[in-house]
Amino acid sequence: MRFVALSNPRVILAAALLGAGAILATHFAAAQSTPPATADAQTIAAGKYLVAAGDCVACHTAPGGAPFAGGTVINTPFGKLLGPNLTPDQDTGIGGWSDDQFVQAVKYGYGHNVGHLYPGLPYIYFNKVPVADILKIRAYLNSLAPVHNQIVADQLPFPFDIRALMIGWNLLYFPDTGDYRPDPSQSAEWNRGAYLVQGLGHCAACHTPKNAFGGDKTGQEFAGYIVDGANAPALVDSTANGLGAWSVDDIATYLSTGHNRYADAGGPMASVITHSTSQLTSADDHAIATYLKSLPGNGAAPPAPVAPNDPQMIAGMHIYSDECSACHMTGGTGEPNIIPALKASPVVAATVPDTMTHVVLYGARSVGTDAAPVASAMPAFRGVLNDQQVADVLTYVRNSWGNAAPAVTPDQISAQR
Amino acid sequence: MATTLPHKDVAIIGLGWTGSILAYELATAGLDVIAIERGPWRDTATDFPPTWAQDELRYGVRLDLFQRPAQSTMTLRNKISQTALPVRQFSSFLPGNGLGGAGVHWNGMNYRFLPTDYQLRTHVTQKYGAKAIPDDMTIQDFPMTYEELEPHFDRFEKLAGISGKAGNLNGQIQPGGNPFEGPRSAEYPNPPNRQPYGATLFAKAAAELGYHPFPVPSANLSQPYTNTLGVAMGQCTFCGFCERFGCGNYAKSSAQTCVMPALVRQKNFTARMNANVTKINLDSTGKKATGVTYVDDTGAEFIQPADMVAVCAFSFNSVHLLLLSGIGQPYDPVANTGQVGRNFAYQCTSSVLVQLPKDTKLNPFVAGGAVGTVIDDFNGDNFDHTGLGFIGGGVLQATSTGGRPITQISAFKDTPKWGAGWKQAMQDNYQTIYPLGTQGNVCAYRDAYLDLDPTYKDPYGSPLLRLTFDWHPNELKMSAYITEKLAGIGKAMGATRIESAPRTGPYTVVPYQTTHTTGGAITGDSPSNSVVNKYLQSWDVSNVFVFGASAFPQNSGYNPTGTVGGMTYFAIDQIKSQYLKNPGPLVPA
Repeated sequence: MRFVALSNPRVILAAALLGAGAILATHFAAAQSTPPATADAQTIAAGKYLVAAGDCVACHTAPGGAPFAGGTVINTPFGKLLGPNLTPDQDTGIGGWSDDQFVQAVKYGYGHNVGHLYPGLPYIYFNKVPVADILKIRAYLNSLAPVHNQIVADQLPFPFDIRALMIGWNLLYFPDTGDYRPDPSQSAEWNRGAYLVQGLGHCAACHTPKNAFGGDKTGQEFAGYIVDGANAPALVDSTANGLGAWSVDDIATYLSTGHNRYADAGGPMASVITHSTSQLTSADDHAIATYLKSLPGNGAAPPAPVAPNDPQMIAGMHIYSDECSACHMTGGTGEPNIIPALKASPVVAATVPDTMTHVVLYGARSVGTDAAPVASAMPAFRGVLNDQQVADVLTYVRNSWGNAAPAVTPDQISAQR
Repeated sequence: MATTLPHKDVAIIGLGWTGSILAYELATAGLDVIAIERGPWRDTATDFPPTWAQDELRYGVRLDLFQRPAQSTMTLRNKISQTALPVRQFSSFLPGNGLGGAGVHWNGMNYRFLPTDYQLRTHVTQKYGAKAIPDDMTIQDFPMTYEELEPHFDRFEKLAGISGKAGNLNGQIQPGGNPFEGPRSAEYPNPPNRQPYGATLFAKAAAELGYHPFPVPSANLSQPYTNTLGVAMGQCTFCGFCERFGCGNYAKSSAQTCVMPALVRQKNFTARMNANVTKINLDSTGKKATGVTYVDDTGAEFIQPADMVAVCAFSFNSVHLLLLSGIGQPYDPVANTGQVGRNFAYQCTSSVLVQLPKDTKLNPFVAGGAVGTVIDDFNGDNFDHTGLGFIGGGVLQATSTGGRPITQISAFKDTPKWGAGWKQAMQDNYQTIYPLGTQGNVCAYRDAYLDLDPTYKDPYGSPLLRLTFDWHPNELKMSAYITEKLAGIGKAMGATRIESAPRTGPYTVVPYQTTHTTGGAITGDSPSNSVVNKYLQSWDVSNVFVFGASAFPQNSGYNPTGTVGGMTYFAIDQIKSQYLKNPGPLVPA
């Protein structure tokens, strides 16, 4: 048994949230139980498309497991969750849920027979999805074969396993603003993109910085974050730290194929592209790109680059020539659709170099899609370069060809070995 | 006891260029396809990363990518009267092994044969008279023409992203290309590579002599490219590790780089690796294949039933499998009966070492496998052979493929082989000796053939393949003639010393010459002169197809891959449009 001292700040936080929630009413009591209607093929197909837009596979289909039968491990800063079984199995899936109960879960984070859900289910974003679309998703899930697979979703340690904590959390971080409201001053395409990004796409779940309680930091939407040791880059239109170098078409191509003239998707984004964005119409990917390209940068000036005569830069240049330039080219341009460019890359120049460190130490594999089938790869260098050498070469690529980012120290490398 | 596996529509033996293209075309046509490959799986990025794939000892000397004699070898003799002995180390030619086959380690020179090469016997007879062909020379026409193959050459070039300059576009001669080539319907998909210094000197000298230099049509890509299957490729970095090496830059066209990324996405495609097909199985009539038998790397034996069998192994391994399976009648050179194994051919290479002035800096390490300049003025029938006493010719080339320290140091014959003298010569000559080469045709002969060896057996207890081959006067005269022409270009380059080495007999398997072995399952217009019809379909067992250079009735002076690629697409077109609807002979016997 684990003993938790009362001085533990996390426990104090939990108690505070619990107290805040206890005095507030919720709107979940009215949920009614009506049996789901049988849907037509068109509705099911529409639901399947929305499931792709929401990347539901990512959390609800375990590697090698039956589709949507749950079991995927979701690591959060607070502990482990398992993606629940969404198949229409009566005992272990959601076969016994009414449509209303399904809507309550997806749109408001309140689970039938469970109580408050954790925002591992991104209901704070799905809140923007109209009920009609959520019911189409339900229709698709109902069309799947029921799979008996008991999942205990909540694997969080005390005190985070107290679901009632979420009442307070929701009060602070779940604005519950309801359906996405189009901006009449923007084009239909922009509004479609905004709906997909803010709603089902739940892009902010990874790309918006989080506060200590796991809530989105207000005023920093899509400013980039670190998820599971990987940089989820800023999606704002800033050349210094966002997608500024990419055109709308570059973004759309990346989403549709996993590759473009600058970048090749790997890590968690490879999964998003495989299961979600590559399955969307090119019109929808273009709409997403149109919206993202409109997001303003924060206007912050990039840091001054490390001076070219810095010893780390000189050592890094030689290591780069030896080990990297054969693929990434002497100018850091890479090769379109197979070898990532190192210049004008939000990942390369991210303030925290975690993705770059991980890729250099452990290698990486990009994603193959029907449209761009080459799953190109980078070899691991942990057996070739020591911490100082990795730090030097990263410092060099982060401060060459127009890039500017803080120098990398050997300690940062050894922390990831 | 063999395990019988679930039925497949198509069983493909060998997963190199032809096997992967066929698998892709038939899988995307909806067929359930399995490819069975003797060697290991290979992946561009993880097997050949440029951080360590440039390992000359592992690949260039210890031949990591090649067929090992322990898997299977062959026996060799020069004359029918001799007893053949086993080849214990492949050297003169290097068959591939594993995914991509010999297409992994090729240099990437991608030619189409000349239009007259396809009608060789007819052309020579018409132009020089029947007496120009010696009695024992068994050259014959291909059953298809250059014009029939042209769209399919184009298709292969676009799959592979070949970098070059057309010399004949729809009959219009183009400056900078090969004026002797057959009419092309389109430019190459990528522009030619930039030329290293030595090749530039060669081009200048050749042009001054009135010849027609042009950049080698190259599978080392000159720029990033997305091929016809949507597969992205990179640009050659001139690293100088091409021949005998795989390319991790996605820059050398190969099955694993150009085809496999698209093929592995087909759910109805299966690859069985490290699995050696020992036999194509026939039904009781002997006229229909029922599938194949293979042995995996644990020694377990499997029977893979299939409606159609495609033999896509290295050229002479395909012939070996036909002989072991009893498909067609084995060739007997004495009785002059049978077809399987007949008309084995090779290529006849030679070299000219050119010493350039002392201050020359060739930087030979700046190189690609197919980066260089050639002339075609002495190839095929591009020059008048009247009174020369031979037919055919070859390419004259400045295609130094690298300056690697172990095997690519050029030295004159009088250089000490080791010690201080050798070291001094290397220091003095590394930047100034330029190797030029010829690659000449080899005609087919009654006594150059493949059959089963009566003495030696492979690890599965089957007879080894036996090769009977020697040089004939036609080839030696040809080699002497074109080597002298090449030396003339070397002289015009400003050589201070020239050492020519035209080919001399007898044929020996020891020094590396070329991996362009052809024939043994040749294509023709009748069962009486060939093993397969023009669509590479066995005359004897109509649900067996044999792809690759084994179908060439004789060999030309060109590298074979472009022609193999064109013939592959030509056959696939007919298989898809005719055979799949109505399985049976595509050409009446």
